Amino acid sequence: MAKLVVHQDKIDDVQAFIKICPFGAMVEKDGKVELTAACRMCRLCVKKGPKGAMEYVEDEKKPTVDKSKWRGIAVYVDHVEGRIHPVTYELLGKARELAEKISQPVYALFLGSEITKEAEELQHYGVDKVFVCDKEELKDFKIETYATAFEHFVKMVHPAAILVGATPVGRQLAPRCAARFRTGLTADCTVLDIHENSDLVQIRPAFGGNIMAEILTPNHRPQMATVRYKVMDAPKRSSDKSGEIVTFDVSTEELGSHVDVLRVTKKEKEKSIEMADVLVVAGRGLKKKEDIALLQELADELGGEVACTRPMVESGWFDAKHQIGLSGRTVRPKLIITCGVSGAIQFVAGMNNSDTIVAINTDPKASIFKTANYAIVGDLYEVIPKLLSDIREGKGENA
Amino acid sequence: MEILVCIKQVPGSNKVEVDPVTGVLKRDGADSKMNPYDLYALEVGLELREQYGGKVSVLTMGPPQAKAVLYEAFAMGADEGALITDRKFGGADVLATSYTLSQGIKKFGKFDLILCGLQTTDGDTAQVGPEVSETLGIPCVCNVSAIGAVKAGGITVMMDMPEDIEEVKVSFPCLLTVQKDIMQPRLPSYKLKKATESRGIQMFTLQDMEDTDEHHYGLNGSPTQVQRIFPPTSDKVQQKLEGTTAEMADQLYRILKKKKFTA
Repeated sequence: MAKLVVHQDKIDDVQAFIKICPFGAMVEKDGKVELTAACRMCRLCVKKGPKGAMEYVEDEKKPTVDKSKWRGIAVYVDHVEGRIHPVTYELLGKARELAEKISQPVYALFLGSEITKEAEELQHYGVDKVFVCDKEELKDFKIETYATAFEHFVKMVHPAAILVGATPVGRQLAPRCAARFRTGLTADCTVLDIHENSDLVQIRPAFGGNIMAEILTPNHRPQMATVRYKVMDAPKRSSDKSGEIVTFDVSTEELGSHVDVLRVTKKEKEKSIEMADVLVVAGRGLKKKEDIALLQELADELGGEVACTRPMVESGWFDAKHQIGLSGRTVRPKLIITCGVSGAIQFVAGMNNSDTIVAINTDPKASIFKTANYAIVGDLYEVIPKLLSDIREGKGENA
Repeated sequence: MEILVCIKQVPGSNKVEVDPVTGVLKRDGADSKMNPYDLYALEVGLELREQYGGKVSVLTMGPPQAKAVLYEAFAMGADEGALITDRKFGGADVLATSYTLSQGIKKFGKFDLILCGLQTTDGDTAQVGPEVSETLGIPCVCNVSAIGAVKAGGITVMMDMPEDIEEVKVSFPCLLTVQKDIMQPRLPSYKLKKATESRGIQMFTLQDMEDTDEHHYGLNGSPTQVQRIFPPTSDKVQQKLEGTTAEMADQLYRILKKKKFTA
């Protein structure tokens, strides 16, 4: 039983000592330091306090898992009715990279109904084995049914690690399965690496993204991690097929569920600037209303939306629901390209949390450049057409 | 209907920094509040009680001061509260937290419906709800965006999926994680606050649990171990692109390509 033991005699300044704890878990009682339930065992008090004041006592090691019996990096294939979500390919690319470091195989786990044909597509992405469970009962995503099939796969294959896309399905299924195997699961990893002993190095933002944490699952298998879409690099699709497809069955009795899907309604694609991953913003640098079409072209190529500043709404070129800023909407897209926007404080307050900010403006003194990650002092009427042709050329090459 | 809402006290702000020299977390003092997502779960519980009768209980886990969120829930209309607190529960990861909550739930009572917020604002994992349901051996539906009718020993809900909305019926007992904006949470009532401020709450420590093996709780019961924490490498670049207009456009294209905004 690991625990913290306070050695009062080693503490000179009680107040200074209890301040070390970021969670306020140390309190002074009758001149002595006591630990409360707020303690998160971060052990900063051990590291930062006077030598020996706080001791971390570990008990004798528990029996360890035999890591040689758990081999291979598996990827859960995320899909809707057989259409494979691209996060799957990104994870297969990462899995291949990790697996090569420790000379182990890459597996894919594909659960669904009438998916055997789609499984072949995975063979173009460097897998060693695609495990397919193709059952009528797996047609709709139901947590219990899917978790049971997942469990069969783990018991049959014993993978060292399983990567799952952090999609609405993955974010339910991964924890359900991790709890079933009483193993560790790290959500939304941004970096993955692997040690020679197949311990997966999982790095994720903690505390709202201001701190990164490096996490290991040193004594449990399988190790599980979820990764969001567009975090890892997708490998190039190889024209040759590799690996083999292995089908497995789970009996219908085992696939029972307390959940019945009554009706499925297709979602209407909602377009709002708050929802967009990419925004192209029109500012007063735009010369006439017709030129919005140019920005729309760029937004279309990048899969985004066009938004605007307040003067654009006042001049009647845009509807108010496209306006960014204190009197409009607050947005936080992954990419925002401002075109001819000066960057008034009221505007910046509505967009400065965007992940990547690109500013194009002819005025080198424009205040938007203080906020921008990438500043282009230039004419949007020259920069954007060239950028568009680069993007189209790039897409052409890959097609 | 017996309804349980799991709530969590979270820091009032996410503004934590790591001192780059000492590696120590710098955190703004005692400012804390109820996880905003949990307000929606609580509102769903209260509305269901108003419609179908029954009782709404609230459960939280944390240091003794976390009971503040239970009283916050009382002021909104919750009937009973319990706090799971023990130093031995410290340092718990998702699995150990879920296990501790499940043990606390078993101790607290029998519930038809357990409601959780979609995620917390401090951990942000959205994993505790589904893990609790697995540990209790009951079904769960996540990302619930609307509540339908309660009948025939179950509840109909809308599950928000990437491309569609699925109307599903799930039988009791079950666990739901609800999305933000599923219902407008009511404001705490001053009258209720006054009426409930001396209401007793139950406290569960390790000794109260069915499983008292301390290896299953806290840091010891956590398969994942944080090796280190470090400040993110600043991705806040401030780069002025140079060259002719065409060259700048080319550079921008390469940046967008590298960041995977285009092929």
